Order: sequence, then C-alpha cells, then structure tokens
Amino acid sequence: MFPLTEENKHVAQLLLNTGTCPRCIFRFCGVDFHAPYKLPYKELLNELQKFLETEKDELILEVMNPPPKKIRLQELEDSIDNLSQNGEGRISVSHVGSTASKNSNLNVCNVCLGILQEFCEKDFIKKVCQKVEASGFEFTSLVFSVSFPPQLSVREHAAWLLVKQEMGELIFMLFRKQSLSLGRDDIVQLKEAYKWITHPLFSEELGVPIDGKSLFEVSVVFAHPETVEDCHFLAAICPDCFKPAKNKQSVFTRMAVMKALNKIKEEDFLKQFPCPPNSPKAVCAVLEIECAHGAVFVAGRYNKYSRNLPQTPWIIDGERKLESSVEELISDHLLAVFKAESFNFSSSGREDVDVRTLGNGRPFAIELVNPHRVHFTSQEIKELQQKINNSSNKIQVRDLQLVTREAIGHMKEGEEEKTKTYSALIWTNKAIQKKDIEFLNDIKDLKIDQKTPLRVLHRRPLAVRARVIHFMETQYVDEHHFRLHLKTQAGTYIKEFVHGDFGRTKPNIGSLMNVTADILELDVESVDVDWPPALDD
Amino acid sequence: ILHSLVQTGICVITLAESHPVLQSGKTIKSISYQISTNCSRLQNKVSGKFKRGAQFLTELAPLCKIYCSDGEEYTVSSCVRGRLMEVNENILHKPSILQEKPSTEGYIAVVLPKFEESKSITEGLLTQK
Repeated sequence: MFPLTEENKHVAQLLLNTGTCPRCIFRFCGVDFHAPYKLPYKELLNELQKFLETEKDELILEVMNPPPKKIRLQELEDSIDNLSQNGEGRISVSHVGSTASKNSNLNVCNVCLGILQEFCEKDFIKKVCQKVEASGFEFTSLVFSVSFPPQLSVREHAAWLLVKQEMGELIFMLFRKQSLSLGRDDIVQLKEAYKWITHPLFSEELGVPIDGKSLFEVSVVFAHPETVEDCHFLAAICPDCFKPAKNKQSVFTRMAVMKALNKIKEEDFLKQFPCPPNSPKAVCAVLEIECAHGAVFVAGRYNKYSRNLPQTPWIIDGERKLESSVEELISDHLLAVFKAESFNFSSSGREDVDVRTLGNGRPFAIELVNPHRVHFTSQEIKELQQKINNSSNKIQVRDLQLVTREAIGHMKEGEEEKTKTYSALIWTNKAIQKKDIEFLNDIKDLKIDQKTPLRVLHRRPLAVRARVIHFMETQYVDEHHFRLHLKTQAGTYIKEFVHGDFGRTKPNIGSLMNVTADILELDVESVDVDWPPALDD
Repeated sequence: ILHSLVQTGICVITLAESHPVLQSGKTIKSISYQISTNCSRLQNKVSGKFKRGAQFLTELAPLCKIYCSDGEEYTVSSCVRGRLMEVNENILHKPSILQEKPSTEGYIAVVLPKFEESKSITEGLLTQK
C-alpha cells in the first residue's frame, strides 16, 4: 500500500518537482516503516506519479504565493473550524498555478545524490558481496558500515528549509498542532533508510545475519567529487567548527558539517546555498569497498630452553644479530593458520637472551591482526600447539587457547604484581665453604635498591627501584660456585642482585657475602601468574 | 683513566691502575664534585628515557677533584665526549672504596657517549692539579 496520504501530497509534489527521488520524499514525509523503501525504484516512481495525479473530494485552499500572513491564517482557521464541524480532519494546501507533476529530470536525486536510487538496490549490493566473497574472509555475521559524503547533510538541510519555507511558518505550526507531522525530527535519516533496505539484501546474498557486534566489517565509502565544494561556504560562516586535525585529509568531516549546520542561521544559509538544492549531473562514486576482521587473541605459556634466543628479533642497523626469536617461533605458525596480516606479541615480563624459562613457562598473548580465518575447534588449537612444539626444540608452548581482548589485562597485571622464582649459578672470587652461604637461607623479604642497570641504561630512564627478595635457598657446588634459588618481587634485576652492578644495586650477593660474585647461569623457574587457564593435555 | 665500554655504548669512567691516587701510601682526604663555582656534578639530573638535562662533557671536562692527605690535588677528567648520567656518590661518603675497588664499586662516573656505536677503548691521560 502506498505510504503517502493526502497530507503529504503538497510536500511530495514540491520535492518531486525540484528533483528529489521517491525514497527521499518518503523520508521527508516521515514514512518510518521499512516496506515501502524496499520496493523497486521504478515501481516507486510510478506509484508516486499516480498518487500525485489523483484528485480527491476535499477542501482545497488556494493560497496566493506569497500571501499576506494574516489573511492566510484567518482563512485557514475558518476552514479548520469548518472541517472539524464536518468531522473531517484533513487539509490540503496547494499553490495557485502549481505545475503539473513533472516526470522530471529525475536522473540524480538532488538530496541523496543516488544513494537511495541505484546504490541501495540489489545489483549494487551484489557487486559489493562479490568483493566480500573474493576477499577470502571467514565470517558468520557482519556489520555493515557506510560513509556518505558530508555534502549530503548540506543538501538535506536545504531541502528541509525548502519544505518548511514553502509550507509557511504558520501553517507549519498549525500542522504540528494538528499533529500532522513534518517536524525536523520526523524526517527519516538517510543512513537509517539506507540500512533498512540494504541489510536484508546483504543477509540474503551472503547468508549471514547483520550484527552490530560482529567482528567482521564490510565498509563502503561514497564520494561525490562534483559537489565537494558544497560545504566550503560553511567554513567562512562558522570557522570554529572546522579545525584541521592531524589525521584528517579534509577539514570538512561529517561531524564538523553537522555542527555548522546546527549553528548557522537560516537566512545566512539561504544566501549561500541554493534552495532547492540543484540537480547534479552524476551519481555518487564508490570510493572504496573494504572488508576487515577485528583482531583475535591467542594465549598460552612458553618455555625457553635455549641460552641463545632473544624474545623479539634482534636487529641492529638492518642486520639480524641473532637467528630467530621466541616471538617468531610461536607467531609465525599462528600468522599462517589464521591468515592474519600481522601480529602483536606480548608477555608477562621477559627474560634475557641467555636465560632459560623452565617450569610452567611464561604467559604470553598474541594479537592476530585482520585474520581471515577465525573459527577453530579446541582440537585444531591443540594440533596447532603440537605443530609449534614439533618445529623447534628451543621453545615449547602449552595451554594454547583463544582468549578475549579483556583477558590480556590479566597477563599484564602479572608482569607488575606477581612474583617470580629463579635459579642462578654463582661464582665467587674467594673460596667458600658450605657454612659461608647458609646465612642466605635465613634472610626473608630482603629489601634492595637497584639503580637502573648499566646494561639497560641506554634505553630506560635512570631511576632507583626498591625491590624485595622474598626468600633464598642455597646449594653448595664447590669452593667457588654455588646455586641460589630465589623468589623475588616482579621487576627485580637478578643478575645485578648477584654482581652488584658497580655497587649500584645494594645490597647484593657480593656485599652480603663480602666477596666479588658473578652470575654464570640464570634460569626462570616459575612465573607466578595463574593465567591463562591451564588446559588438560 | 680507564673507560669500560659496555656493548650498548655506556661508558663507566674509572681510574687506571697506574693513577697516583691508587699507589700505596696515598690516603684520600676528600673528593669533591664541585668543579667550579657554578658547576657541581652532583647537580646533574637526567630524566626520562632520553636522559634530558644531562650535563654535556667534552674529553677535558673535569669530573671531580681528589684531595689527598699529603696535599696533592688531582683532577679527573672525562676523556669521553658525551652526556653525564651519574657520578658515584659512594666515594664521597667513603673515599677508600675508590682505592679498594677502583674498577667496580669505586667508579667515578657513568657517561653516555654521543655515538653509541663506538667500540673503541681509549687510554686517557692523567692530569694533575
């Protein structure tokens, strides 16, 4: 059923005459249910023209253009009174000498520039879907985002002013009194109508629902180069709305334009911009059709068995100093299987190149950016873990699992708050006996002050860090060697605690024992973070 | 003066074994980082990762003055161009550390040279008075 009624005839005629398409006409008449918009364009055009040609038996007020307001009001009020007496509640106003409904040069809509003409119909949607399918993403839902050129807001504003003006302020207010719609807020937004039409078409074509929370995004950007300058006059009148920001190419963003349109006075606007808006020669151009999938996160714990492996690639001046890295040995496999663009590796702290990580391993999380494949069963993840473990004996991975972005917070918390235990092989210059190291076992919660170690001073701020050595346990090896097991606060530099770092870590093993001590080997025995959840293997 | 260059380019300035102050019989009365009326190395304050605020040192820039009990006075100069990170306050409080452990706990200063790639170790000259 055609959604427009007699009230809308005048506005509809006016808009059609000035070059506005049927769907935009619906919008300006406040048609807020989806069905009419979904009908094919040609059909809508026909129906609209039929609707406008019909005349009905009703009271038509002929108003001079423009008539003195007082008379108008009086006439109207009289007729309204008459009508209500007759039990009818409808008024139609038409101008003297209104032109017969033109079949118009309704090539390109002067308000939507083609968006609600060809760009919301099946053929175009099919074209977009072809690109989506060709992109090779795996998805079970999608969110559709569309971007229109900012000048559409300007044209919308002009069209609204046109309607408002032609209706006359007073009649306008009367209509509102009679709740016969057509306030600014009753106009259906372009983007909303566009989505009403296109969402079901996308769903049907791609076989998945539209979900605002979906990680898979299809985005279409429209531009209209022909009318790019439509917005420029706003900058002269409201300069403070248009501040250049670093990342934006143009100062005329949708937000800025909307802001200016809200500010600008009607008279000023009408001086600068044609009302009704002119008919453009061409429709909008599609600037881009892009697909992207939000990042997915994989977590686990790694063991490091090599004393010659950095955590991240060690490259100086473009030259790789050491082969491979913990990060690459784990992530390369994930990158391939998830078909992701890139990754971000993070872990709950890290160890030096020459330090092993034993025990349960160190928690890590990898963000896979723009993955093309995202659905994996837990069996598949287990197999992926096995694959990583088979590919290298330098590292091993456990508890590999998909996690949410929020979970990363747990891991980083661990870095700063949780304790770690270590095992160190220590050399002393002076000969020692078993009894010389026993006292260390009795020291609990030893407070130490560490200046930023010299070996990291080039890339860390100079500061003093207070740290705690919770407990220590010694194992005598020989006159110049012993093993030290220790549990420390997060962020403690163990090597410096042993050798003292030129006396910049105090106290240190050397100062406690009154010897010169150095560290020969260090292993991480445990990272006391209970995340990610352990999986049964 | 001996410089030890850590692989990263950080320089630790220490006294060479042959320095008079380290010879037997010498007693250090005091050490001062006040090298001129307007400049004290103790006032050196660096902040942030890029160590802003560091005093700039040329090769001849004095780091500290060592006063011995026999009246001799020695000036230790940087011998390295770069930015001063820190001076060793431990030797202020306990000058004997300078003699007992000259190449570790008794270091004079830490300097970050301009060109961190430099891998050369240079033997500096000793300066007296």
